[in-house]
Amino acid sequence: MAGLELLSDQGYRLDGRKAPELRKVQARMSVFAQADGSAYLEQGNTKALAVVYGPHETRGSRSKSLHDRAVINCQYSMATFSTAERKRRPHGDRKSSEMSLHLKQTFEAAVLTELYPRSQIDIYVKILQADGGNYSACVNAATLALVDAGIPMRDYVCACSAGFVEDTALADLCHAEESGGGTALALALLPRSGNIALLQMDARLHQDHLDALMEAAITACKGLSKVLDGVVRQHLEEVSVLTSD
Amino acid sequence: MLKSKTFVKKTRSGGVLKIVREHYLRDDIWCGSEVCKECKDEAPVLQEDACIESNLCSYPHYLIPDTNVVLHQLDILVDPLITNVVILQTVLQEVRHRSPTVYKRIKDAIHEKDKHFYTFTNEHHRETFIEREQGESANDRNDRAIRVAAKWYTDHLAKVTDGGPLKVVLLTNDRANKEKAEQCGLIVYRCEEYIKSLIGNPELVDRLALTADDQNEVTGSKLLFPEHLPLSRIQTGIKNGTFLQGTFHANRDNYLEGTVFIHREGADINEVLLRGFQNLNRAVHQDVVAVELLPKEHWVAPSSVVLLDDSPNDEDAEEDETENKLKSEASESSALKPTGRVVGVIKRNWRPFCGMLSQSQIKEATRHLFTPADRRIPRIRIETRQAATLVGQRIMVAIDGWPKNSRYPNGHFVKNLGTAGDKETETEVLLLEHDVPHQPFSQAVLSFLPKMPWSITEEELKVRADLRHLFVCSVDPPGCTDIDDALHCRELENGNLEVGVHIADVSHFIRPGNALDQEAASRGTTVYLCGKRIDMVPELLSSNLCSLRSNVERLAFSCIWEMNHKAEIIKNHFTKSIINSKASLTYAEAQMRIDDTTMNDDITKSLRGLNKLAKILKGRRIDKGALTLSSPEVRFHIDSETHDPIDLQTKELMETNSMVEEFMLLANISVAQKIYDEFSECALLRKHPAPPPSNYDILIKAAKSKDLEIHTDSAKALADSLNNATTESFPYFNTLLRILATRCMMQAVYFCSGMDNDFHHYGLASPIYTHFTSPIRRYSDIIVHRLLAVAINADSTYPDLMDKHKQSALCSNLNYRHKMAQYAQRASVAFHTQLFFKNKGIINEEGFILFVRKNAIIILIPKFGLEGTVFFENKDKPSPHLNFDSEGPTLKVEEHTFHIFDKVKVTISLDASNLQHQRIRMALIEPVIPGVSVPVPESEPVAKKPKLDR
Repeated sequence: MAGLELLSDQGYRLDGRKAPELRKVQARMSVFAQADGSAYLEQGNTKALAVVYGPHETRGSRSKSLHDRAVINCQYSMATFSTAERKRRPHGDRKSSEMSLHLKQTFEAAVLTELYPRSQIDIYVKILQADGGNYSACVNAATLALVDAGIPMRDYVCACSAGFVEDTALADLCHAEESGGGTALALALLPRSGNIALLQMDARLHQDHLDALMEAAITACKGLSKVLDGVVRQHLEEVSVLTSD
Repeated sequence: MLKSKTFVKKTRSGGVLKIVREHYLRDDIWCGSEVCKECKDEAPVLQEDACIESNLCSYPHYLIPDTNVVLHQLDILVDPLITNVVILQTVLQEVRHRSPTVYKRIKDAIHEKDKHFYTFTNEHHRETFIEREQGESANDRNDRAIRVAAKWYTDHLAKVTDGGPLKVVLLTNDRANKEKAEQCGLIVYRCEEYIKSLIGNPELVDRLALTADDQNEVTGSKLLFPEHLPLSRIQTGIKNGTFLQGTFHANRDNYLEGTVFIHREGADINEVLLRGFQNLNRAVHQDVVAVELLPKEHWVAPSSVVLLDDSPNDEDAEEDETENKLKSEASESSALKPTGRVVGVIKRNWRPFCGMLSQSQIKEATRHLFTPADRRIPRIRIETRQAATLVGQRIMVAIDGWPKNSRYPNGHFVKNLGTAGDKETETEVLLLEHDVPHQPFSQAVLSFLPKMPWSITEEELKVRADLRHLFVCSVDPPGCTDIDDALHCRELENGNLEVGVHIADVSHFIRPGNALDQEAASRGTTVYLCGKRIDMVPELLSSNLCSLRSNVERLAFSCIWEMNHKAEIIKNHFTKSIINSKASLTYAEAQMRIDDTTMNDDITKSLRGLNKLAKILKGRRIDKGALTLSSPEVRFHIDSETHDPIDLQTKELMETNSMVEEFMLLANISVAQKIYDEFSECALLRKHPAPPPSNYDILIKAAKSKDLEIHTDSAKALADSLNNATTESFPYFNTLLRILATRCMMQAVYFCSGMDNDFHHYGLASPIYTHFTSPIRRYSDIIVHRLLAVAINADSTYPDLMDKHKQSALCSNLNYRHKMAQYAQRASVAFHTQLFFKNKGIINEEGFILFVRKNAIIILIPKFGLEGTVFFENKDKPSPHLNFDSEGPTLKVEEHTFHIFDKVKVTISLDASNLQHQRIRMALIEPVIPGVSVPVPESEPVAKKPKLDR
């Protein structure tokens, strides 16, 4: 069988999107009552759940706490039923640990941690269904959960992946495109300032193409920020209607 | 709108996966028609008055072919007549899975603007997407998707034109599909019906491929071939070693024999001989087949008999006879080769073949046999109603299939190329047969040419070395318009010499990745035929802007050495430059200047300096063991008006030839070293592997017959022993030996340095080599220029240049194109030789025996550089008593024994009895053997001028 044609001559991708188009994003905030903040986000078939606790006193040893800012503790896991083949180990493997670290770095850049010295913020994210762009779905869900928890941030953190196929940059890759062999890049952006919170790429790409790829990812992130903003506003409206009564 | 697609897939390890994919449906997919105002398509492809005149559809219409029509009747769809076709995404995807070659061709057709082919992405269109229903097979779903899309088009067009005349026509060959489509109210025709209804284009009908149900009537009931095994059984067979997989190569001289080259690395058997009709089992040259080895007692030796399939009709009676003849041949056990039979064909490698029609004897018959020009391809049965007009024409035919009860494969007519024997037609044929791209350059390619008038810009002046003051001159064969190299030499103040080789800076004009670059990369090389040149780059570049003509300023890439008078390199330096050649000379003119002691201008001095250094360089190279080989090369004097060859002469070599060659070699070697040092992983180099010792057998045997010994342990030993191998009485002997030695050599090839570790160039005795000096006519040189430019920081790099896999793929294309170009060149020379002898009549000439075969001797005529075969077996005459001794090798005919290198006298004439394979016929005059040799023609016939240029 011939391999998949990731981009047709007419400019359509496998699932019918054009190169710069995102997948359908749907999200809800405050899905759990017990946690301080929570959010559920779907980016196409990738579904993520994020829960935030804190800021609270550091648990465990005191030595971990920092005197000038809050510690951010991230934990990433994937549900055993999230992939096509049942996952044996939902968290704690190398990939998950790496992802946890990336998330931690991302949010340390975005959360105003200096407001809460000697305290801790916990962010737990779980992928319920994986279809490419796990990192970006996690970041976007966690952002909403942080907003829900009322933790001050510099800006929304919006993340999106982008790939490079046949000299065209594709935004928001699905699983088939990610595993199709091309180069993929994950970018977390603070859209208003344009600052980059995290940029990750571990495949080969010629330097000349990097700018085009970054540009595609940045545009996609900005698009996402509008969606997230819409979700937050909608949520606020609903909540204020409830509280005003 | 969002739909999700769910399907189950088996993984490689055997598990079953459920794959879920999103499937977005859009409402911004346009119909692509000019009439439609509703769709906001910026550049509609389909025309408003889509007129293909037809009896069935008198209204303008768009065609929608289904998958099988695209797969099987592509020859029709790509005809310029057929325009305004909607190719559905469903169809395109199915074609992609089923046949990559058809997919490539249909995509080419879609890209062609004049064809007005539109791809409708129906699978993502909101209104044409359908889901597979319970119990529906994938094929049925696709058929339904095609019908739904066709229905949508019908309704959509009716709506936007308010019931105007524009309609869509669905083409399908599937009966069930057709019925269902008619029920939906679609206009639907079978492909044959539709094509036959076209007015004024009867020849299109011939291009219809025969479909399965038509074939049955063609053949008798007798099964001629064993059934091919299904692919699954072949694969298990290959896995467990009972079958071998390989590429089938038919024997050029014997249609009942072929060889399969086994692909597997490290297999103990890498060639399997196939003999006989049943064992070949419908394999066609270049097919990938599975073979089964026969038991050892059935193994045979390759025959050296020449056997042509020239039975006049397509009856099968004679076959047994010829096969018996093959079997009766006695063979010694030592020569036995592994022999096998084809059990199945894994991949057909059929392409359209050029050739001629052999008309059936029955006048009204519509089925005729087609004889391909390539003798390795079997004859093909085609159906045509225009046989009378096609006789004597060169035509193109594609194979459709080869049923097991048919003696010949079935095919269909594709294209008429022109009258056979016509110079243009024959050139076209040999270009097509050798896969030489020769269409005029497309507009896309030409758009990347620099705008005229062109001049060197200020920026260029700033970054390039200005060498316009130097006395640079070029030396080339007469009539050369693509001058890619120029030289200079001057004395420096310190007494040393500065030598410069200046190469046209083609890479300045051809930027990586654009259409011009891609075209050049695909052509690979300029092909020189007799009286015609197929350019690799458009003429504006090859003969003007890049050509280093005299007295104009040109961009160059210069390679400058400082040498002492012993031709030792002290310093070398590469730079992009601007030069102004002071003279473009021919070899003869340059030679005259060097020899004429009264001339003392700067150019002449420069030439003398170069000549002196070149001699030293050459001496040094030969000491190292570089080979001087010989091949009989001839050049035609072409009549300027009729373009017919008038006379031929062997190429003459002058000192200046070797002078230019020496410096080109030096430049190539220096550049090769430089780019390899800089880019050890992705330098494009050229190597010439040492031939395996067994290749030299024939050479050693031949020398032994004259009591000489040839050492072949190393290139140096070979060169020395060739130099010593002379006999007083036979001055041409040494040249003959060198010609033989040339035939023993391997092909030199391009390769990427990261993919190989043997860089040695055997013939030039250089540890490293590349091609740098002819970027106008070779693409490899352009790549080398780019690499060198990056190495000296004169240009920027790009991804593909540094990718060794891509470069390796490029190399294999270049190697293929070079080989094909060489074959085409030879074929062109052969054709012109025939034209020449056609005008000359019969000629008596002396020649030498080059090879001795079982039933023939091959003779070289030094005067014409011509090789020919004298057969001792004749169909209509009793054959003489032959005795072949493979040790000598000698052949005893009646009382006379032929040795290799014997001098013989022959008559040469053109045998035009077979219009397609006109050939030079040689017949023996001396030595006189009764019953074999022919009497000397009484008078030398006067060379006649041909009446017409035909």
